[in-house]
Amino acid sequence: MERSDAELIRAVLQGDMASFEPLVAKYSPRLFATARRYARREDEIEDIVQEIWSKAYHKLGSFRGEAPFEHWLMRMAVRTCYDFLRAHQRNRENTFTELTKEEDDWIERVMSAPEQVSEKAEAAKQLVKKLMQMLPPPARLIIQLLEIEDRSVKEISALTGWSVPLVKVRAFRARAEMKKCLARVARDKYL
Amino acid sequence: MNLDNLHNKLITAARATPADDRVPYAFEKRVMARLAETVRVDLLGAWSAALWRGAIACLVVTMLSGAWLLRTEPSSEHAEFTPDFNAAVFNAGVFASAGSTDEVW
Repeated sequence: MERSDAELIRAVLQGDMASFEPLVAKYSPRLFATARRYARREDEIEDIVQEIWSKAYHKLGSFRGEAPFEHWLMRMAVRTCYDFLRAHQRNRENTFTELTKEEDDWIERVMSAPEQVSEKAEAAKQLVKKLMQMLPPPARLIIQLLEIEDRSVKEISALTGWSVPLVKVRAFRARAEMKKCLARVARDKYL
Repeated sequence: MNLDNLHNKLITAARATPADDRVPYAFEKRVMARLAETVRVDLLGAWSAALWRGAIACLVVTMLSGAWLLRTEPSSEHAEFTPDFNAAVFNAGVFASAGSTDEVW
């Protein structure tokens, strides 16, 4: 019979390290999906997820069991990803690469006839990735959580540990940054 | 140029992209191996930290004892005894070198 998260956690806290493995197997897909939103290279993504599990294991004693384990783990995941973004900020400055022909065409079509353009196009997905890389870490995290994952300000506050007013201020700045990046991307053609 | 339109289209595109949740083969085994390693390192670290704490405690005790000895003035009883004691030691040395220790002891 499969043991519940609470039972596994209790066993780990009592010294049975092997009981941690089912938790790793169960939640790693979710952690990989999260990490892939903030890092591109597979080795970086693996490092982030390893780091999250290491933190989770060493801080397991602080898990009070009031909220589901997954929520506690996701908080740790978001904070680790944010630390990663900040640590790699310098390397990623000015990482904007020229648009491909497909991306260029996609922007042109959005500008001329937005209702006829599909958001599912590969060019749009690539363009979003490029734009996200141009944003500073707080803006990138906020756009990801607030706009792409559609989370509430309160949820973001709980995930990041930032106060609600700080999340709102950063959301305002993040949108402004995003617009600046969009303008930069489309500048040559349309401005 | 309507940047809002472009922004909305891009956000919709990002939302439509499914999250890639692939996990590398035997990843959980690697995590467990790394955790086991860090626990071993932690034991060594705890032992070394305990040794350092012990060394610091010993140093503090030594310094406090030294300070206490320096502050303590010799008592009058000891002060009177000291010249006699020194004289006795001196005599013992002189008579011993002369081959007669009877007068001293």
